[in-house]
Amino acid sequence: MNLDTSILTLIIFAPLVGAIVLALLPDRGKTMQWGALIVTLITFGLTLHLPAHFQSGMPAGSFQFVTDLPWIAAPAIRYHLGVDGMSMWLTVLTGFLAPLGVLASWNTISERKKTFYVFFLLQQVAMLGIFAALDLFLYYAFWELSLVPMTLLIATFGRTAARRDAAAKYFLYAFIPSAMLLVGMIWLYAQTGTFDLPKLASLAASHGISSNSAALWLCSLAFLLAFAVKVPVFPLHGWLKDAIAEAPTAAVMVLAGKTGLYSILRFSFAIFPDESHRIAPLMIALGAIGVVYGALIALTQNNMKHLAAYSTLGHLSIITLGIFTFTIAGVDGGIYQILNHGISGGALFILMGILYERYGTYDMRDYGGLAATLPWMVTLYVITTLSVVGLPGLNSFVGEFLVLSGTMQATIAEHHVLWTVIATSGVIFGAAYMLVMIQRVFYGPASNPNGSAPRDLDAREHLALWPMVAVMVVMGVLSPYWIGSIDPNGVAISHQTSSSTSAPQQHFRRAENAPAYARDITSASATQGVK
Amino acid sequence: MSPNLLALLPEIILTVGGVLIMVAEPCLTPGGSRKPLGWLAILATLAAGAASIFQLGFTKSAAIFAFYGTIQVDPFSIFFHLLIAAIVLCSLLGSLDYFEGATNHAGEYFALVLFGAVGMMFMTSATELLMVFVGLEISSISTYIMAGFRKGQATSAESAIKYFLLGSFATAFFLYGIALAFGATGSTSIHAIAAGLAGTSTPTLAIAALTLIIIGLGFKVSAAPFHVWTPDVYQGAPAPVVGLMSTAPKAAAFAVLLRITYSAFGSMEARWTILLWILAALSMTVGNLGALLQTNVKRMLAYSSIANAGYLLVAFTASADRGIAAAAFYTATYAAMNVGAFAVITQVGGFNESTRTLADYTGLALRRPVLGALLSFFLLSMIGIPFTGGFFGKFYVFTATIHSGNVWLAVVGLLNSGVACFYYLRLIAALYTRRETAETSPVTSISFPAGLGLAATALATLMLGVLPGQILHLAGRASWSITSPSAARIGAAAETASR
Repeated sequence: MNLDTSILTLIIFAPLVGAIVLALLPDRGKTMQWGALIVTLITFGLTLHLPAHFQSGMPAGSFQFVTDLPWIAAPAIRYHLGVDGMSMWLTVLTGFLAPLGVLASWNTISERKKTFYVFFLLQQVAMLGIFAALDLFLYYAFWELSLVPMTLLIATFGRTAARRDAAAKYFLYAFIPSAMLLVGMIWLYAQTGTFDLPKLASLAASHGISSNSAALWLCSLAFLLAFAVKVPVFPLHGWLKDAIAEAPTAAVMVLAGKTGLYSILRFSFAIFPDESHRIAPLMIALGAIGVVYGALIALTQNNMKHLAAYSTLGHLSIITLGIFTFTIAGVDGGIYQILNHGISGGALFILMGILYERYGTYDMRDYGGLAATLPWMVTLYVITTLSVVGLPGLNSFVGEFLVLSGTMQATIAEHHVLWTVIATSGVIFGAAYMLVMIQRVFYGPASNPNGSAPRDLDAREHLALWPMVAVMVVMGVLSPYWIGSIDPNGVAISHQTSSSTSAPQQHFRRAENAPAYARDITSASATQGVK
Repeated sequence: MSPNLLALLPEIILTVGGVLIMVAEPCLTPGGSRKPLGWLAILATLAAGAASIFQLGFTKSAAIFAFYGTIQVDPFSIFFHLLIAAIVLCSLLGSLDYFEGATNHAGEYFALVLFGAVGMMFMTSATELLMVFVGLEISSISTYIMAGFRKGQATSAESAIKYFLLGSFATAFFLYGIALAFGATGSTSIHAIAAGLAGTSTPTLAIAALTLIIIGLGFKVSAAPFHVWTPDVYQGAPAPVVGLMSTAPKAAAFAVLLRITYSAFGSMEARWTILLWILAALSMTVGNLGALLQTNVKRMLAYSSIANAGYLLVAFTASADRGIAAAAFYTATYAAMNVGAFAVITQVGGFNESTRTLADYTGLALRRPVLGALLSFFLLSMIGIPFTGGFFGKFYVFTATIHSGNVWLAVVGLLNSGVACFYYLRLIAALYTRRETAETSPVTSISFPAGLGLAATALATLMLGVLPGQILHLAGRASWSITSPSAARIGAAAETASR
């Protein structure tokens, strides 16, 4: 069997096999932790096969490592997997975060370990499946499946008594729009007779899906709503705060962002190019509002996890803003920022989890002056914070810069400059609340919440955090490596959905005669001093 | 083999099995174990299932017609025969130990289950409405008695009386409908009614007949607004009986409804579609909203079964080629998960049903991980989570109806499944929540037959969700035997020839 055609299947099912094995093993000592760690490391190793054998420079819309087998004859559902630059890196990111999540939960989860790690691995299966599926139906199956382990993780391992409400809220917020997504999917199938994404995309490009534009518009809204809730986009973020506050660290790391944004990019944009274009001004506005709203609410929080929740909202709003500009810089930056948010946000949640493990509270008012006793902790905390706020040289700067420069180029929103200004101000607020958090927790008068002896990071925690810090730096310095494989997505999306409006920009692109990222990165490095 | 014998082979096997049990029962020592009789019933069910598969070989080119064309065994009836046999088998496995030592009437129970199955199978192969009525009565009377099997409990007696009164009321409606159909077309044969109605401008009498028939069967499948008996009956009846009577008689009633609507009254499709559209929307909504308010788990599942009847009725609003297959498939998935869920409840509660409410179920999965995980799995399937049978069941039903342009019914249905996930999840969350008070009830291990039944239902639910192809193929063949015009023609020809 050729490894290239079966690698995605292996990646998806490795955690499933691991979950089954763990379920059968006795829950004794550290069996579960080691088992989960080994399984996630194997999965991560398998995902690394993808970038190693990825052929860059392929035209947009071509997928690699493809498996395409019939699953169900009627309706025609296929087991169709494949990745392009964007989903490849999301797959690798998912694989990368999993062992770190296991390390972060090593001691925190002390009872019912089997349940926890089995659910955690199932969550991995669902997420990897979402990123690899190219059949709409198969994708939906993984999409719905991803809700169950996450809900149960929150409901069972939540921090306080409010965990069941948080879990129910999360599930209902995600499930009800997903039901509408299913209606939309079936309607698409009734129109076209296929669930195959590449086929649907080529049909959409030639306006061949349906001549009923009102129905197509409703269908696109059903898709977008289901994805936007999962992101979450600004007014749909009701579940986010409670879910983040309750969920255990390993679950929070994969809770928000990735899947929803990926789905918008992959499915909404490919199947409904015109409709996505039509709703873009609204989404840009919601993105800009979300940036500022998230930042302002975060400023007022005393609870670190709530702060992180609103910070997450702000960062995801920037990405939403970027991808809906339909410019190359905006989309490339948005995709890059999805990866960055996974890394930096993940690291931040691990660090908060470590503090909570030691002191039993997320309330910043209880903390103070920890820097004196915990040198390693403060170092890593500050690096992570700087990465989150977008310090040049670290990863998020590249993404944020590309997104914001994309909004300036956008020709679809009439007041685009206004939205750029608003969103940029949100970035400043973002720096403010993050640095205030550092100041309140690590500096100022010393205060020890529960009087326990200061304990700096141990070897396991170092092991969980340093890979992330390394990736932050590498992704900040060597961004062209990633953006090179993401760029075809950006090019395709900006072409396909703005054939009439963005002619000047493409002209500009030709004149440069260089990939978009090269130009933007050059200008980015030129402005590093300014920021 | 004569066609008459061949056509009724499964029913004959079951009847012989039931009679043998009745004869053997008094010969056993009073108060002794009645498990051997249970195994005999299981054997008879297996033989009946094998006989159905044997029949399938004869239906490749044309259906088996018997008894002057009143019985028609085609892939459609064989699909439901097999389904009913599977349901009865799993229920029997789950209830082998249930009655052990708790009642002196276990032997009668096993016989009644078999007689009930005879009636249900008879319903699915009869093409003469009076024969359908006979089958309906056979199955109903058996289930009335089974519903009251925990005689010592007031709720059980209430259950049996309610089920009996409203059930006979429903059969009266059904009979009245048959009479009016005879008035409209001069015949009570499904094929003759179809022939009589073809080309006419739908006489009012025929509309009234069909409406009454739908009301009668609506009671049987507990579709809203004919659902009021369901919660009380399910709450009072013994758990293994509920698992059986919420699936097998409903499957049979739906099979009859499919035959009557798509075949006999097929020319009036536009009219009855509206009626069933309303019934479907109402059942889904009433069922799910009602379930939200329940704290008793059996009552909650009763409302859930009303909602599921609604989902199934959605399939009737689709065109025949897709709708029948979708309905048949949904019946199978619903049977797998519901029989499974009640098998777990049987294990958890025991004969006295000490575990009833949401509070009683709290922490169950922590005390009995296997039962908790299985119940969660069946509930997730009822929500319609992918890779479970429930997902594909809903998927095919809604695909069928959207293909016929009923997008809004699909929207109502899927919004309903959003509401539904709330109460299913509440139960799942309770299963995995630690209970404050100390544990009191002793943990009993699952007996081998019960474990076998549970494993079979869980496997069926999983397979229907992962590899639905085979069952779907069977359902497609089943639907073909109704929609194909040649089948109807042959049926009519056989009937005239035999007269």
